[in-house]
Amino acid sequence: MQPLVISHITLANSLGLGSAATLDALRSRRSGLIPCAFEDVDLEAYIAKVEMLDSYRVRDDLSAYDCRNNRLAQLCLEQDGFVDAVEAARKKYGAARIGVFLGTSTSGILQTELAYRHLDPQTGALPADFRYAETQNSYSLAGFVTHYLGLTGPSFVVSSACSSSAKVFANAMRMMAAGVCDAAVVGGVDSLCLSTLYGFNSLGLVSRFPCRPYDADRDGISVGEGAGFVLIERATPDNSSGAMMLLGVGESSDAYHMSTPHPEGLGAKLAMQRALDSAGLKAGDIDYINLHGTATKSNDASEGKAVADVFGASVPCSSTKGWTGHMLGAAGITEAIIAMLAVEHGFIPGSMHTQRLDPAMEIDYRIENSEAKIKRVLSNSFGFGGSNCSLVLGREA
Amino acid sequence: MMRCFIEGIGLLGPALDGWQASRAVLTGDAAYLSAPTNLRASDMLPAAERRRAGVPIKLALAVGQEAFVQSGRDTSAAATVFTSSGGDNDNVHAINGILATAPREVSPTRFHNSVHNAAAGYWCIAAGSHEPSTSLCAYDASFAAGLLESATQVTVDDAVVALIAYDHPYPEPLHSVRPIGAAFGMALILAPRQTGKSLAAIEMEFVPGKADETPMLEPGLEALRRGVPAARSLPLLAALASGKATQVSIACFDHNHLNIRVTPC
Repeated sequence: MQPLVISHITLANSLGLGSAATLDALRSRRSGLIPCAFEDVDLEAYIAKVEMLDSYRVRDDLSAYDCRNNRLAQLCLEQDGFVDAVEAARKKYGAARIGVFLGTSTSGILQTELAYRHLDPQTGALPADFRYAETQNSYSLAGFVTHYLGLTGPSFVVSSACSSSAKVFANAMRMMAAGVCDAAVVGGVDSLCLSTLYGFNSLGLVSRFPCRPYDADRDGISVGEGAGFVLIERATPDNSSGAMMLLGVGESSDAYHMSTPHPEGLGAKLAMQRALDSAGLKAGDIDYINLHGTATKSNDASEGKAVADVFGASVPCSSTKGWTGHMLGAAGITEAIIAMLAVEHGFIPGSMHTQRLDPAMEIDYRIENSEAKIKRVLSNSFGFGGSNCSLVLGREA
Repeated sequence: MMRCFIEGIGLLGPALDGWQASRAVLTGDAAYLSAPTNLRASDMLPAAERRRAGVPIKLALAVGQEAFVQSGRDTSAAATVFTSSGGDNDNVHAINGILATAPREVSPTRFHNSVHNAAAGYWCIAAGSHEPSTSLCAYDASFAAGLLESATQVTVDDAVVALIAYDHPYPEPLHSVRPIGAAFGMALILAPRQTGKSLAAIEMEFVPGKADETPMLEPGLEALRRGVPAARSLPLLAALASGKATQVSIACFDHNHLNIRVTPC
């Protein structure tokens, strides 16, 4: 693919608001995971929560969109000077020429979950102030963000579970290559809700402890919430010197099982290889891999095998979910941004809460943080339904 | 301008029982009668999963299979773009009900079938496809989003793409706040080059500005088009059924639209 410039980034999650807060938490090994205290959820689990969402509201003119997910979206857009960067792009390209492609798995479903507790006892109707299109519908997120940023280009939501906000990079790449838009806001937002907490729990995939990626004794995920956005533009002589770039994207399907990855990591391997091919790079060109690393038995075993097959044991790897929890539809964008922070700051994050590396892993998994010169990184995101996506990011060769 | 060649078409909706059986209705040569959507579980699925398949999986697999049979393409060799305004709406309703009362016991199958890409997951397993697959939502513009995404995959990635669009009604109380008129699914196999199987070429442009959408002339079909997001595809299907060169316009929200020129091969 033709490399694209990532001209601006922003993050908001349990580690704090803005990308510097996430970097600081990674460096100082401050995890966002806390014992589960969310609504009236009665599960023994750890979660990663953005505390201020309960009292926060979306902009007045967009109040119909007010729900936890869109609050988190707005909170994130307001960090890192992102709104100003989009405004500058809007002046440069025009509102109709900037696409918005966002990932979410559950959008504003929390709003519906709570509304079902207050159905009219006579008619069974939802409360009168319930807004389906602006909260529950998966598109709610992109509808909110396009209005918030004043953009009118092509827009949709990708909802492919936990690969959603990685796959949006591929959408932006194609739309720009096809001439449908000149720039794109891509990203993702997922917020805490009962469906995912109880749902993952029913599958036996939620740990009672803070999640321990790639640990020999790992026993499940910790659910987190978060948001991230990037602004993508075409590379020109003016903007590309030393710039952070999207270099390659690889997508694949497991075709194996709805909620369990392929045991040999077949789909993961395909996604990573296709990302390298798309970037015109070889395994040895990658300096750090941010793993999907959910801390379930099956994900880490399958991904570990796939990484060993494609990269051997010579590329430093880690999962940062011990800090952020598993942010599901926002995991892809958050980890892509963490991987870019690694390039920018010459910093390899290790792995929080991982005590004893699973001896079956034949990869260079890092528990401790370290410093190194990093040019190019790969970020993995895999989802239910066997939906896989790998991104190659960094500076050009 | 993006050009794709259509090699296969699938259709399942109320009184629209398959593409071949519906062509005369779409061209106005036969009357559009009223009948519920003839939902059936696909024989692509193993028996256990066939029993548990919800409406979206039935719709998606039925129309996908019909389109692939017509194209003669191998299901394992095509990328897929799924698009739907909702997902498994029956299941989402059930989960909300379960979570509103104690004990909150969501079954594992309910949960993994509640993801928006459940139909895509089942399709890829049944089709044996390791190719890229995505699952989109753009509310009432979901079909347009899916068609646009498919066209970029065909033209940029040089891929053969199966576009599968589906929607179905919510139970109450959600039906009152998001009325969807019927269970409806459609599929197109899109390829980058003309082959002996090509039925038509479509040339598509994404155009800023509000559109005069192409309506359906038959009132029942027009009601279906307006009442089901995936049925916004009907004017394109009617153009394909007519076998004549036709121009179709489909809205992408209020801001944009797709101009599609259909030319029979």
